[in-house]
Amino acid sequence: MSDNKAALSAFRKEVAAWMAENVPADPGFLLPLTFLEVGTEQQLDFLREWQHKLWSAGYLGMHWPTEYGGQGADPAYQYVVDKELGKHRAPIIFNTIGLNWVGPLLLDMGTDNEKAQYIKNILSGEEIWCQGFSEPDHGSDLGAVQTRAVRDGDDYVVNGSKIWTTLGNYADHMILLARTNPQAERKYDGLSFFLSPMKIDGVEAHPIRKVTGEYGFNQTFFTDARIPASCLMGEDGGGWRVAMKTLEYERGVTAGQASGYWGLTIQVDDMIDALSKFEHDGEPLLSDPIVRDDLVGFIMESKALTLCGRRMAVPALNSDYPMGLALSVKYRGTEYERRMKQYTASKQGAQSALYVGDANAVSGGFWQRAYFSNFGATIGGGTTQVQANIIAEHVLGLPK
Amino acid sequence: MSLVQNVAISVTEEQGMLLDVARGFVRDQAPIEAIRSQLETDTGFDPAIWQTMVEMGWTGIALPDSVGGAGMGVGSAVPVFEALGGGLLGTPLLSTTLAGQLVWRAAGESAAEWLGRLCGGTVGTVAFLDHADWGAANMGVTLDAAGKLVGSKHFVADAGVADSFVVVASEAGMPVLALVERTAIGDSAISDNVLIDLTKRAANVDFTGVMPEQVLRGEAVAAALRDTLLLGALLTAAETTGAAGKCLASITEYLKTRKQFGKLIGSYQALKHPTVDIYVGMENARSFVYHGATVVGDEPLSTDAEIACRMAKVAADDVMVFAGDRSVQFHGGFGFTWECDSTLFIRRAQWAQQMYGGAIHHRKRLATLLLDT
Repeated sequence: MSDNKAALSAFRKEVAAWMAENVPADPGFLLPLTFLEVGTEQQLDFLREWQHKLWSAGYLGMHWPTEYGGQGADPAYQYVVDKELGKHRAPIIFNTIGLNWVGPLLLDMGTDNEKAQYIKNILSGEEIWCQGFSEPDHGSDLGAVQTRAVRDGDDYVVNGSKIWTTLGNYADHMILLARTNPQAERKYDGLSFFLSPMKIDGVEAHPIRKVTGEYGFNQTFFTDARIPASCLMGEDGGGWRVAMKTLEYERGVTAGQASGYWGLTIQVDDMIDALSKFEHDGEPLLSDPIVRDDLVGFIMESKALTLCGRRMAVPALNSDYPMGLALSVKYRGTEYERRMKQYTASKQGAQSALYVGDANAVSGGFWQRAYFSNFGATIGGGTTQVQANIIAEHVLGLPK
Repeated sequence: MSLVQNVAISVTEEQGMLLDVARGFVRDQAPIEAIRSQLETDTGFDPAIWQTMVEMGWTGIALPDSVGGAGMGVGSAVPVFEALGGGLLGTPLLSTTLAGQLVWRAAGESAAEWLGRLCGGTVGTVAFLDHADWGAANMGVTLDAAGKLVGSKHFVADAGVADSFVVVASEAGMPVLALVERTAIGDSAISDNVLIDLTKRAANVDFTGVMPEQVLRGEAVAAALRDTLLLGALLTAAETTGAAGKCLASITEYLKTRKQFGKLIGSYQALKHPTVDIYVGMENARSFVYHGATVVGDEPLSTDAEIACRMAKVAADDVMVFAGDRSVQFHGGFGFTWECDSTLFIRRAQWAQQMYGGAIHHRKRLATLLLDT
């Protein structure tokens, strides 16, 4: 045990030294706060190069098998790397859908061929992945997706449209949930899961502008797009189970992600730092009793999140609701962050009203943009309200 | 430095066993009918149950073995109080535990004999309050020239059944602790409070003219007092978290069985989502409480421990007040009745939220601890 601790601590020092040397300087253009906002080629090239550099140094996919480009180490090593990335304010590791959802899914349920074909390129950043789950008319009700995939010889012919496809305009592959059997008795049994190519005829991704003013996601249109039948993952009609497993990785319910560093780490300390520079009624903002009480609340929430995360590793304190803490991570964490960012963005006096692009905006409009950006987390991967239903039904056993 | 730096949380094997044993005990010995049968009795608990708790060594868990305790550390009392809260089982265990902590921290082994009696089942309690303010100095009771006490204490927990009182008093402006035996107090000096929580008991006690068996003085007294109030907050938070867990279970049970408009009412999101928030709040409180159990010890409480105790109390109060309140509401007309256990939960919530300082009391101090360093 202490050997492990010593090794980890030595590793931490090594990584910190590497970061000090290698984390790229501010490129002079706006970088995305999260993987959901990669909106220009310039950003893409920069982030791809940075991810490749991190992987080449042996610091990405620490606990993935070496035969697929990982380091075959304990997950604790990736945790160390992620922490150091945050500490050094490094640019994000952007190929998140590949690294955190598709990669672990393939390692978990994929065939040897699938693993060999895709995983290494996910780590190196050579191939970008996107996700085709939500549709314009079916977001939270994922089981109702209508995009059709019809078997025709050695291909499936796909027609329909997916939406909120993050990285869709740059992606090489999509995890695609499509309806292969509209006659199935249960709507879930008519769905199939594909590892589908994006750079083929009949697939077009149209960028969509977001609340933040940035791009990053798309509506993706399929028009008689022919994908090889070999792209089917699992059974024809067995797509729902694979999709649900994907969501476990996406929501952090199941571990195995290659890098948790998909967005800038913004902590309660950053909030207090930012607010310590402001005044209210001619006095420091942090001397205002109401603000102080609010901040105690945020610090407590932040601490509760960390404590609950650590408590998951204490079996004696998980017997009442065995999956409860894991299934509520997204619910508590993303909502706390949204409110924390909104609070910070709104306590800057008249400067609260300035946005990215204004020379006088606080930290270049960082908090205003971070607040808006955070809706990607409270909506994507199942909205907060859907998460509440999941906790109610799967943790507390309440009826649907 | 991170504001949330100390996030230690662990459970020793002993603490895990205590949690299992105490939960089993509450389940077998103190079902809700048994609790209800004691609501309007003088003492509020069954002496046989108290005797069993003493025999299991619970009165000595938090005290060192040098004075007859189990030497498990005060953190080990946390799982026991969580379990007792889960059954809404009152008893003078909290009062006795805090009396033990206060005297041990103020006097150490020089009070071994007195502490030994507590471990053996003598009921102790601390007379903290002069009036309603947990944040005041509460040093209004004084010692006269003859060494007798002058003044009254209010809201003394379990005063009606206590054998020994630790009276927070003052002498020449310095806090002292007067150890008083029940036999030295006349019956008329104790007047019971009508408490909102019928599983708990308290009384006002006039100590005027009473000669203490012993008076504890010195620098350790003030620190002992501060730490005991914090431990009171932590152990009450543990008990409250247990009660919130039980309240949550009772709400979900009703939501799973009650039908209206042809549907189980648990399928309505207007009921479902607040219930999820009770669950999340309960888990947060539980994490704070066991974080507290991990960082408190026999030594004077560190700043980290102080933060932990205060946060635990705030989190537990908040969720219990919400859970008790929603429990009455979600049970509809039945929730409004004495028969429904929601009555017990909402009353426990209103009792617990003020004990050893309410949320505002602790949040104000947390602001200083967290923001002014």
